[in-house]
Amino acid sequence: MAGASELGTGPGAAGGDGDDSLYPIAVLIDELRNEDVQLRLNSIKKLSTIALALGVERTRSELLPFLTDTIYDEDEVLLALAEQLGNFTGLVGGPDFAHCLLPPLENLATVEETVVRDKAVESLRQISQEHTPVALEAYFVPLVKRLASGDWFTSRTSACGLFSVCYPRASNAVKAEIRQQFRSLCSDDTPMVRRAAASKLGEFAKVLELDSVKSEIVPLFTSLASDEQDSVRLLAVEACVSIAQLLSQDDLETLVMPTLRQAAEDKSWRVRYMVADRFSELQKAMGPKITLNDLIPAFQNLLKDCEAEVRAAAAHKVKELGENLPIEDRETIIMNQILPYIKELVSDTNQHVKSALASVIMGLSTILGKENTIEHLLPLFLAQLKDECPDVRLNIISNLDCVNEVIGIRQLSQSLLPAIVELAEDAKWRVRLAIIEYMPLLAGQLGVEFFDEKLNSLCMAWLVDHVYAIREAATNNLMKLVQKFGTEWAQNTIVPKVLVMANDPNYLHRMTTLFCINALSEACGQEITTKQMLPIVLKMAGDQVANVRFNVAKSLQKIGPILDTNALQGEVKPVLQKLGQDEDMDVKYFAQEAISVLALA
Amino acid sequence: MAGAGGGNDIQWCFSQVKGAVDDDVAEADIISTVEFNHSGELLATGDKGGRVVIFQQEQENKIQSHSRGEYNVYSTFQSHEPEFDYLKSLEIEEKINKIRWLPQKNAAQFLLSTNDKTIKLWKISERDKRPEGYNLKEEDGRYRDPTTVTTLRVPVCRPMDLMVEASPRRIFANAHTYHINSISINSDYETYLSADDLRINLWHLEITDRSFNIVDIKPANMEELTEVITAAEFHPNSCNTFVYSSSKGTIRLCDMRASALCDRHSKLFEEPEDPSNRSFFSEIISSISDVKFSHSGRYMMTRDYLSVKIWDLNMENRPVETYQVHEYLRSKLCSLYENDCIFDKFECCWNGSDSVVMTGSYNNFFRMFDRNTKRDITLEASRENNKPRTVLKPRKVCASGKRKKDEISVDSLDFNKKILHTAWHPKENIIAVATTNNLYIFQDKVN
Repeated sequence: MAGASELGTGPGAAGGDGDDSLYPIAVLIDELRNEDVQLRLNSIKKLSTIALALGVERTRSELLPFLTDTIYDEDEVLLALAEQLGNFTGLVGGPDFAHCLLPPLENLATVEETVVRDKAVESLRQISQEHTPVALEAYFVPLVKRLASGDWFTSRTSACGLFSVCYPRASNAVKAEIRQQFRSLCSDDTPMVRRAAASKLGEFAKVLELDSVKSEIVPLFTSLASDEQDSVRLLAVEACVSIAQLLSQDDLETLVMPTLRQAAEDKSWRVRYMVADRFSELQKAMGPKITLNDLIPAFQNLLKDCEAEVRAAAAHKVKELGENLPIEDRETIIMNQILPYIKELVSDTNQHVKSALASVIMGLSTILGKENTIEHLLPLFLAQLKDECPDVRLNIISNLDCVNEVIGIRQLSQSLLPAIVELAEDAKWRVRLAIIEYMPLLAGQLGVEFFDEKLNSLCMAWLVDHVYAIREAATNNLMKLVQKFGTEWAQNTIVPKVLVMANDPNYLHRMTTLFCINALSEACGQEITTKQMLPIVLKMAGDQVANVRFNVAKSLQKIGPILDTNALQGEVKPVLQKLGQDEDMDVKYFAQEAISVLALA
Repeated sequence: MAGAGGGNDIQWCFSQVKGAVDDDVAEADIISTVEFNHSGELLATGDKGGRVVIFQQEQENKIQSHSRGEYNVYSTFQSHEPEFDYLKSLEIEEKINKIRWLPQKNAAQFLLSTNDKTIKLWKISERDKRPEGYNLKEEDGRYRDPTTVTTLRVPVCRPMDLMVEASPRRIFANAHTYHINSISINSDYETYLSADDLRINLWHLEITDRSFNIVDIKPANMEELTEVITAAEFHPNSCNTFVYSSSKGTIRLCDMRASALCDRHSKLFEEPEDPSNRSFFSEIISSISDVKFSHSGRYMMTRDYLSVKIWDLNMENRPVETYQVHEYLRSKLCSLYENDCIFDKFECCWNGSDSVVMTGSYNNFFRMFDRNTKRDITLEASRENNKPRTVLKPRKVCASGKRKKDEISVDSLDFNKKILHTAWHPKENIIAVATTNNLYIFQDKVN
C-alpha cells in the first residue's frame, strides 16, 4: 500500500507531490516515536519546527493530543517537552488558543519526577500570563482546581506553584476560592504537599491583599511553622523572609516574631540550621530594630548551638551579619556581642565549624578597622593558621587579601610561613594542590624578596612531586609568578633551575622541564626562549625515552611561533625532520604535526 | 476493620500457593522477602536470584462474594544481578534482602529493593496506549518511497492491551561497606534509611550521589567489635524517630532532631537478662532478627531466636508482652548451633489493627499471637490441604516424652523447612507466608 493515498492534505501544511521540504519534517515527526531516546529528544527539541510545518490548526487538533498521551517517555524527553510547551502559544494560534496547551502540561504536572513537574509548572505559569482574564477563569483556574484536588500528591504539589499566577487576575469570587484551596493544601495529609505549600507561601503572600496576608497567610504561616514534621517547619523559615517584607514593623513584632523566635529555638537542629542559613535574608527583612533586639541574641545562641551543623552555618554568616548592620553601630555590636562567641569557635571541637569560620573571619577586619584587627582578630588568625586541620589553614590563607588591605600582610608573615610550609608538605596531595593555587596571590602580597628567600625553594620542590597533578600545577604556578615578577627575575631564579632538570636521570623530571618551557616561553619572550630554552629542547630530541622525544616535538610546536625564522629554519626544522623519521609511532606523529603547524614542510 | 479482631478467633483458610511443586529447589527460587504495598492490592516478593515478582489482587467478584480477589502475577523483573567487587575480590550476591513500597504518588507504583550493597528504586507502571502512524514507513517497518509523501502525518495514540512495565528509576550505590540488612522509608515521603552491620545511612529518594551517615558503631579497632546492627526502621508517623536493633538484644531509639549524627540514642530498650537462664547460647539467641513498629506507632515488636516481644515506646526497661515462639527448642540449642539454624533470621509482622502478631518457625510452621485474648496458634503452610477454603488445622508440638494424637514430636521437626518471611495485608485478614520457594496466601473464612 502506498500509504500516501489515504492521507488528506491538512490545512496550513505544505502540499504538492513529493514536496522536498516535507521530508525533513516527516523524519522529525517519525522520530518522535523512535526507539532511540536521543532521537526522540532531538525531535522534541525541534517541536516548534514540526508545529510550524503543520500549521496552527493541525498542531491543535493532532500534535497536542498526541503529546498529551506521551507521558510514558523518559524523563529527559518529558523535561524537554515541558519546556517547549511553555513557548508554544504562538504556534497554536496565539493567546486566544493558549488554553490548548493546558492538557499536555496538566499531565506532565502529575508525573513522579520532580524536575519534570517543576518544569511543567514553570511553563504553565508562563502560559497563564498569555491567557485573557476570561480564558484564565474558563480554563486555567479549573485546571488549578483539578490539580489541587487530585488523588495523588504529585498533582497537589504542582498546584501549589500555580495559585500565585492566577490570583492577581481573577475575580473576587474566584480569589476567595483560590485562597480557600491554598488553605486546604497547607493542611494536606501528606507532608509532600504541605512542604510544597510552605515553600510557595511567601510567593502567594506577595500577590495577596494586605488584609488577607494578615488574616489568612499569617495563621497559615504560624501553623506550618509548628507542623509536626520538621521538614515542613524549616520551610516556614524561608516563607518568613517574604512575609516579613510585606508587613510593617509593628505587625512584624506581633505577627511574625513569636514564630521566628520559636524557630530559632526549635527542638530540631534542621530548623535551627535553616534560621542560621537564612540569617542574612532574615536580618534584612526584619530591619535594624528587631535585628538588634531579637536576632542578635538568637544568633549568639546559634553560634553556640549544640549541633555542629548549626554552628557551622551560623559561623558562615558572621561577615554578612556585620556588613548588614547599620554602619554607625557595626563596630560596637560586633566587638561586644559577636566577637566573644567567635573566640570560642576558633577552638571548636568540630573542624567544619572552624573551617566555616576561617572562610569568613578575615572579612571582619574591614568592618573593625586596623586597631581592633591587630588587637583582637590577629590572634585568632594566628591561632587558625596553626590549626590541626588543613582546611582551616587553607581557608585563612585563601582570604589573605582582606587583611592585606587593612593591616598589611607583614603582620602575619612570621606565622604564615610555617603554615605554608606545612601545607606544602602535607601528605594529602589535594591539600598541596590547594596551597599551590594560592602561591601567585601570596607572592604578590609578600613581595619578591620574601618570596625568593622563603618560598622559591618550595615552588621548585613541587616540580619533582611524585603526583602528576602537583607537577602540572607547579608548572602553571611558575608561569603566573613570571607574569608577576617579570622576565629578569625568571632568567635569574627560575629558568636555570628548570633547565638543570633536563639532565635528571628520571624521565618524568626531564619531561617536567619541557612542560615548564611550554608554560614559560611566552611569558619569558623571544630572547630567553631562543638563547636559553631552545638549545636544551633540541638536545633532548636525542633522549632515549620516546615520551620525552615526542614531548620535544610538542614543545617545539608550542614555542615555534615565539622564535624567529632563522632559528626555526636553521635549528628546529632539522630536528623535527629527524624526529619525523623516528622509529616510534607517536614521536613521528607529533613531529609531523609540528612540521605542518609551523609550516616547515 | 473487618474481622481483624483475633488471630485464632478467625479461621484461616488456604487461598493460593505460588511457585514450583517439585521437591528439588533451585537456589535462585528461594524467597528472601515478602511485602504488601500500602493498600494491600499488590504483594511483592524478592528471591535469591535477584528477581522481584509482584502479584496483584484481582478485583472483587460480586457473585462470589465469599472469596476475596486472588493474587495473580502482575509484573516480574530482574532487580539485581550478581556482581564482583574487584577492589575487594568479593562476590556480591544478587539476592534481594528487602523490598519496601513507597506511598503512592501517582498512577504508577514505586518500590525500593536492595541486595547486600545496592538499593534500587523501581517504577511499576501500566501502559494501555500505543502511538500509530509513521510518515516514512509502514506500521510493520517497511519503508515507503519518500517521494510518495505528500503530506505530514502525526501519530495517533490508540488503545492496546494493558502492558505492565518495571523500570529502574534510581540506583543508590557505593554507600555501604558491610551488608545491607534493612531499608525503611520515612513518613516525610522524601527520605529513607539503609542499615548495614555497622552503619545507618540517610538518603533522599531523589538524590543518588550522596547520603548522610547517621549512625556509625564501627569501633576504631575492629578487634573491639562486640555488636552489630541487625535491623532498623523509621517510626510510621514521627519523621524524626527511628530505631535499630543489635545482636546483643538491645533496641536503640534515636531522635534525628537532637543532632545530625545519631550516635547517641535517646532511648535504649533492653530487658535485664535472667541469670538462671544464662548459657553459652544466651547471647546468640538474644540477637534481634527483626524490629517492626506497630501501625499506630505506639509499640514496636522485636523477634529474637525464641520469642517475640512487644515494647511500649514509653517503657524502656522491659517489654510489655513476651510471646514464646518455639520454647521447646531451648533444649535443642546445641544441635541448632551445630547445623547453624541458631543464626536464622526470623522476621515478624503486625496485622492491620495491631491486635495480632505473626512470625515463622521450623517445619513450615508459623505462629500467631492475639494480644487481647493472649491466645496463640500454630499453623502449617503445606500443600497437603491446599483445597481453597479448607480451614487450616492448628498444629501442636509436644515437648516431652508423651506424645498425644495429632501432636508432632520435637525430634521429627524438619529444620530445613523454615518460615522466615511473612506479611499481613494492611487492611484485611490476608497473609502471605514464604516457605523455601513457595508463597502461600491464606485468608480468613468469611461466613
